[in-house]
Amino acid sequence: MRHIISVLLENEAGALSRVAGLFSARGYNIESLTVAPTEDETLSRMTIVTIGSDDVIEQITKQLNKLIEVVKLVDLSDGDHIERELMLVKVRAVGKDREEMKRMVDIFRGRIIDVTDRDYTIELTGTGSKLDAFLKAIDRAAILETVRSGASGIGRGDRVLKV
Amino acid sequence: MQLSGAEIVVRCLQEEGVEHVFGYPGGAVLFIYDELFKQDKVKHILVRHEQGAVHAADGYSRSTHKVGVALVTSGPGVTNAVTGIATAYMDSIPMVIITGQVPTHAIGEDAFQECDTVGITRPCVKHNFLVRDIKDLATTIKKAFYIAATGRPGPVVVDIPKDVTATKTEFHYPERVSMRSYNPVTKGHPGQIKKAIQMLAGAKRPMIYTGGGVILSDASAELTQFVRLLGFPCTNTLMGLGGYPATDRQFLGMLGMHGTYEANLAMQNCDVLLAIGARFDDRVIGNPKHFFDPKRTIIHIDVDPSSISKRVKVDVPIVGNVRDVLKEFIKQLESGKSSVDTAALKSWWTQIEEWRGRDCLKYDRASAIIKPQHVVQKLYEITKGDAIITSDVGQHQMWAAQFYKFVKPRRWINSGGLGTMGFGLPAAMGAQLGNPKSTVACVTGEASIQMCIQELSTCKQYHLPIKLINLNNRYMGMVRQWQEFFHGNRYAESYMDALPDFVKLAESYGHVGMRIEKPADVEPALKEAFARKKDLVFMDFITDQTENVYPMVPGGKGLSEMILV
Repeated sequence: MRHIISVLLENEAGALSRVAGLFSARGYNIESLTVAPTEDETLSRMTIVTIGSDDVIEQITKQLNKLIEVVKLVDLSDGDHIERELMLVKVRAVGKDREEMKRMVDIFRGRIIDVTDRDYTIELTGTGSKLDAFLKAIDRAAILETVRSGASGIGRGDRVLKV
Repeated sequence: MQLSGAEIVVRCLQEEGVEHVFGYPGGAVLFIYDELFKQDKVKHILVRHEQGAVHAADGYSRSTHKVGVALVTSGPGVTNAVTGIATAYMDSIPMVIITGQVPTHAIGEDAFQECDTVGITRPCVKHNFLVRDIKDLATTIKKAFYIAATGRPGPVVVDIPKDVTATKTEFHYPERVSMRSYNPVTKGHPGQIKKAIQMLAGAKRPMIYTGGGVILSDASAELTQFVRLLGFPCTNTLMGLGGYPATDRQFLGMLGMHGTYEANLAMQNCDVLLAIGARFDDRVIGNPKHFFDPKRTIIHIDVDPSSISKRVKVDVPIVGNVRDVLKEFIKQLESGKSSVDTAALKSWWTQIEEWRGRDCLKYDRASAIIKPQHVVQKLYEITKGDAIITSDVGQHQMWAAQFYKFVKPRRWINSGGLGTMGFGLPAAMGAQLGNPKSTVACVTGEASIQMCIQELSTCKQYHLPIKLINLNNRYMGMVRQWQEFFHGNRYAESYMDALPDFVKLAESYGHVGMRIEKPADVEPALKEAFARKKDLVFMDFITDQTENVYPMVPGGKGLSEMILV
């Protein structure tokens, strides 16, 4: 099953490679991993999307907790949570396709953030599956480049991950 | 007062009460060596290879319960040390390894003797640090000792660039450190303990299985008291030997791949299993699918939550320091009303005695060739079971574990997890330095001993009267055994046909060498060697080439699928 794990860890050089190294050394999957400092600059927050059986996920959370630099973590999939991913897509947009592409962006509530006479750069946020759906909905041949951030997640309501 | 980084390193070691540092100098650590030279509180032991330094610090730690300390230079100093670090990591040994690094401005420029120490050691340390700023040096070393020795212990590497050892700062050694991200649990959950006691009381076929955690937390007195209170059978893993006295009737011997028939069958057939400071690894329970029994209840005490339900699903997990948890168990047991099912226990013991009657460790005692088991048995008798025994890895290691009856903890020192050949001799050096009055012997084989043989020179320099028991069968015995069992007797590269004359070799290092070729000479030779209190004696026993270690659970099989002699 797919799990989304949020980790607060010391914002120190090498902390990211400890996490990445743990996953490769123990053969766990990483579907995506995002990390950035938090409002408290001594802490980074990492979101890891992984796939595994309940036993594997239990081991992943235990092994992560064992890393000295990990302060706290939560498996967001254990409860209600919100998940968002950012995607930037550069598409070819010429002639009559230009209007069609604009319409698709509006339907998916994206934004065109850069324009030339030949292409658009589109910004889209949402769950991973929404981003997938957008890519499927537009003409595949029109896609010049995509870049995705990987998922970030946060618990709903009063579910708070804080030190 | 302003101190240099090198002075700070040495002062920190003094503050930690470090008596011995095992190391090898080099460019990046010269300032540290210079400061070591100027004092005499911390004694430096010069090894002949960095692997030896780390194994020696490891053997020192295992035999004394202190943090072992090694000091090596950058680049090859570190890469040579990696085997030792990984060995300590697999067996959870508290150690601090100080490594030199090229100056901070040269890091990343492929400087001479540069390697990414933090990167290379990351997967085989509990934690590691690169100290880029001298202001962090003292606190980092304090943290290193704290992390190494608490929770589930392990090696910690502190990588110090050369310029950091040369610059100066104000020295202050913190008395304690606290880290928001590291708070190891000690006490077990009382509710879980209560539940566990109820389960133990209701058991018809109970079994207690204990590992290295009992040794590491110094809990063997508590374990012994607890097991005797219950009257249950007890087995130890390879890492746990000495945790429960091997001469006791309730002890079933070691379990696992080369465990006894009675221990393995009791393990497989029990209805309530209490695992203490052990981790159900592949050499202990074999294939977890074969081990699994839906009717068996498992209680597991371990300080490391990730050891629980890793290979085997556990019903009652208890996270905590083994010693603290066992104390609580004893307290609840003595004050509670729970009593064990004595009738069921009696018939369980009848069954176990029947298994024990199989005498699975028997061997040909009338053999005209020296049997390796006979050597270990005589070693046990002559040292009265009270020597510190280190070993290398292979058949000799298993025979030492099977035939030397360890009655006290920290007497059996071997590389259980990583299985590092070459461990025995340097580990014995550390053990001898940490226990100058004890008898220290290293049971080894002609293949293993050659992996760190250069340390005979270190033994000479520091007058370490270690007794080496070389079970020389002219084969990498365990490799040959597997080839015999599983590869159609094709002994690919497992025969050593260009062995040195070990007697002359020992003598060339300034030690005493003996070759023993007849069974009748075994006992007199051992007596003579152990009477030489001041000498290192290298005893080369020419043993039976065809002898195998039994019982054996083949890889991937279950504990009841043993090959017996």
